[in-house]
Amino acid sequence: MATKKLGLQTLKLENTPSIISTATIVGPKEGEGPLAKYFDLILANSIYGEKSWEKAEKKILKEAVEMAVKKSHVPNSDIEFFLAGDLLNQIISASFAARELGFPFLGLYGACSTIAESMGIGAMMVDGGFADNVVVATSSHFCTAERQFRMPLESGNQRPPTAQWTVTGAGAAVISSKPQNPRITHVTFGRVIDMGSSDANDMGTAMAPAAVDTIVRHFEDTGRSPEYYDLILTGDLASYGKDIAEELLKQKGYNISQNYSDCGMMMFRPDQDVHAGASGCACAATVTCGYIYKEMLKKTFNKILLVATGALLSTTSTQQGETIPCIAHAVSIENL
Amino acid sequence: MPKLTKEQQEYQKFVKKKLPSPPILKNCIMAFFVGGFICVIGQLVLNFFISRGLSLKEAGAHTSVVMVFLGAFLTGLGVYDRIGKIAGAGSIVPITGFANSIVSPAMEFKREGYVFGLAAKMFVVAGPVLVYGTVVSALVGLIYYIFKL
Repeated sequence: MATKKLGLQTLKLENTPSIISTATIVGPKEGEGPLAKYFDLILANSIYGEKSWEKAEKKILKEAVEMAVKKSHVPNSDIEFFLAGDLLNQIISASFAARELGFPFLGLYGACSTIAESMGIGAMMVDGGFADNVVVATSSHFCTAERQFRMPLESGNQRPPTAQWTVTGAGAAVISSKPQNPRITHVTFGRVIDMGSSDANDMGTAMAPAAVDTIVRHFEDTGRSPEYYDLILTGDLASYGKDIAEELLKQKGYNISQNYSDCGMMMFRPDQDVHAGASGCACAATVTCGYIYKEMLKKTFNKILLVATGALLSTTSTQQGETIPCIAHAVSIENL
Repeated sequence: MPKLTKEQQEYQKFVKKKLPSPPILKNCIMAFFVGGFICVIGQLVLNFFISRGLSLKEAGAHTSVVMVFLGAFLTGLGVYDRIGKIAGAGSIVPITGFANSIVSPAMEFKREGYVFGLAAKMFVVAGPVLVYGTVVSALVGLIYYIFKL
């Protein structure tokens, strides 16, 4: 008997695991953005003293995890599981970071939704009594993502207005059974939604319906309304995707315009030439672990619904003309 | 392309109204001027070689070499992608753009080694141009040959 399940897709975490510490590292461009003061470390350059962009991304992820664990004052030996993912083939940033960190590791892939997926699963492990301290993290890097998914960096091509800028950085959080705020109270795992978009330069349009599906499911399962939350935060729909999501939700009878924001629109200033906004695993991760977490500690926000969105495409699927399957996972983080 | 369901088609129609169209006029104007500017440089180089006593055909080949070098050099300096961002087709179509399309993946994949990285990935962007360019020129040559008979 699933006693902790609400409705179709939502889990109620009765023991309300807490986020006892977070850490964020971002690249120089992110460090010039409006959220700069919320990040723990801003890199002077995105290669970070390494020989390749991939090695740099792994180092960023690893150091974010170490920083979060250090801030939590939980000894390394008491960190029971490490849940992480990134955008690269075979999630090498996460698994190679795990190789050095030495924690038991679960590699997750939900594209840019991975931070919500890992927080959700990590919180379930703690809530279910399987662990007391779990560290979750995700990373992305502009240069590794560009070369895997798009064109070589120095190639002189034009980006369309709907293109988004992959965030360089990593966010990590320690989820614990300690009774303190903020806590993870509910998790809604999303379905894979494909509304027929196939333009790999327009992720917002592809992902918006997945975000909408999960948000509606969360409200129906929990009986909550948009007003319950201080802020509903989607992952990286960026400017066009955000507008589309708002309108689709309105059509379904939910008006969230008052308290809705998108991490992809918060990371950069409009004059930073990122077109539609930010994206990448690190987008939702650094905004949540940086800005949101720190403002929740100050009680500026007390009830947050993080809906991280991911586009589950690969370069092979795009070349074979497939449309883009998308997903969104929602995590409610609350000060009780 | 996979066939879209009715629901997907409706969504795509709904979205189309929301999405911005790229600034086509501005892009065309920038492409015209930057592309034209690159051609002016090419013409100056050509004129220089002719003035030094080369025939038009020889000077043309020399000019290509110089322009390819310039494109590769600016790519290496990290300038060409910035030009390309503004100029679009204006800097992709000239031969300097062809140089960029070979040098940029070569730089990008050098870290995977000189054989399987640099050399193997060098033609990922330019490869199709080379393949179909060669095929089409052979076909055109064949047609020309037949009609000349």
